[in-house]
Amino acid sequence: MKKIILYIVLGLIALVMLMPFYMMFVMSTLSTNQIYSFPPHLFFGTNLAANFKSMMDQIDIVRSFLNSCIVTFAYTGLSLLFCSMGGYAFATYDFPGKNKLFTLLLGTMMIPFTAGIIPWFMMMSKLGWINSFWALIVPSCANAFGIFWMRQYCQNNVPVSLREAAKIDGCSEWTIFFKIIIPILIPAFAALGIMQFVNTWNDFMTPLLILRKPAMQTLPIALKSMVSDRGNDYGAIMLASTCAVLPLLVAFLCASKFFMSGLTAGAVKE
Amino acid sequence: MAEKKKKKNSFAQTLYKNRVAYVYIAPFFILFAAFSLFPIVAGFGLSFFRWDGMSAMHFIGVENYINLFKDVLFWRALGNTLLIGIIAHIPILLGGLILAYILNSKLVKGENIFKTIYFMPMVTSSVAISIIFQQLFSNNYGVINWFLGLFGVSPINWLGGDGSLIKVAVITMFAWKWIGWNMVIYLAGMQGISQDVYEAAKMDGANHTQTVFKITIPLLKPIIVFTLIQSSIGMFNLFTEPFILTNSSWTGGINNGGLTLMMYLLNKAPQGGTAYGYASSVAYVITLLVVCFSVIFNKWSSEKDDTKKRRKAA
Repeated sequence: MKKIILYIVLGLIALVMLMPFYMMFVMSTLSTNQIYSFPPHLFFGTNLAANFKSMMDQIDIVRSFLNSCIVTFAYTGLSLLFCSMGGYAFATYDFPGKNKLFTLLLGTMMIPFTAGIIPWFMMMSKLGWINSFWALIVPSCANAFGIFWMRQYCQNNVPVSLREAAKIDGCSEWTIFFKIIIPILIPAFAALGIMQFVNTWNDFMTPLLILRKPAMQTLPIALKSMVSDRGNDYGAIMLASTCAVLPLLVAFLCASKFFMSGLTAGAVKE
Repeated sequence: MAEKKKKKNSFAQTLYKNRVAYVYIAPFFILFAAFSLFPIVAGFGLSFFRWDGMSAMHFIGVENYINLFKDVLFWRALGNTLLIGIIAHIPILLGGLILAYILNSKLVKGENIFKTIYFMPMVTSSVAISIIFQQLFSNNYGVINWFLGLFGVSPINWLGGDGSLIKVAVITMFAWKWIGWNMVIYLAGMQGISQDVYEAAKMDGANHTQTVFKITIPLLKPIIVFTLIQSSIGMFNLFTEPFILTNSSWTGGINNGGLTLMMYLLNKAPQGGTAYGYASSVAYVITLLVVCFSVIFNKWSSEKDDTKKRRKAA
């Protein structure tokens, strides 16, 4: 009996969690007239093709999708490179000032970025990075948390002797890093990469400030541009939302354990 | 003189000798100095100036801060942010803990299915979520009003009216988004508690409620504090949801019902206006609030530890 009640509670909450997703899929197959009717249509309609056409007329979804991909992949790739370099150095090299620099790095995690947002924006505009992807990729790609996370992983998985052995074999530092160290770090890349990828893909505030030209819009910005005060074609908007949400959602459902451990990495691994 | 030169040389030598390590860590320190440290320091300076971004800067002391505290809209933004954040924390803390507890009790199967479903909002674009919720909360056609109608409740104008009910929609979205994240973290924490502790408690004759409040919750405290800090940062950054719900209104819609601190800041500059100095002072006040909350939560977690230690010592 107790079990049944627990299942009902969990099931109802699951239903509430799923309902918005379900309604998004349903509404992307309805015409705007059907969406604006009462009682609401709760089952799939037949207007998908028309919504698709209307969506293509309103925004360049392919372009936005590509823009999102460029920003997200570039940011994630660069960030993984810099974070693994930093983490590897802090874990396996001995150099003067190492502990002080690492403490400094940890300290930077305490400072909220909001404090500098206005000068940051002025800098971007002085650099000519408004309407440019550089502003979204470069400034925060080497982040303290990533280096901290990579250092933990390197300490447990990369023996110092490995580098010395490779050096005796005549490998240069760069060869060692790219050919020997990076393959060892792949599992750590997966977790950290997922975190960076999801956050960048869904980011709204920074692209909203930076990307003002329609041709440069990422998916969330393009979505926002479809919604105005009046005359919204909600069938098309819902279809565009589906396009923005579905890739990550499918990836998440395929590898949910990976995603959950990646996104909650900061909390549990202490 | 010679000694100085020697010192300089040895510094250069150390740099050269360890050049590989320094090159590896350089990207972080260079980028941090240029794109985080410099703006943060400059922002503090800027908050004492009047500047429109073009003409000359005027030093005006703390006038920005005085104007800020005199502005009714600032207090409304602060009030809205805190109200939304604090109410939304009740379901995400309690709900997250209860759900984690149920899944951890091994009474139900399918732990991974439920975890996956509850976690889904975390990988979803908040713009898309806000657009969907705007439809769900719609006055005449929304599913929520239709559902309430089944129980005889007449339609509620969530997003219109006097603008105050928009907070209900934002709270719902905030809770919907964060509850799964909290739950997954709490569950991982609970699974990390050794079974021995529970068995020892059982032997001592502790009942169910006692085990929960005397063992599980205290042992989870550091993790609860972590999630609190994270979600309170989320609270102060709250912007996307009310912004989209009000059809991209920079002032929070009707009667500023959905105005949050972040929205207030961006509306001063660089989005709405060009009050760069004033916006900097807003940014610093928000930062100060975030720091205060974090410090309070951290204090709270270490304080309880102290009393425990003292009790043990006695």
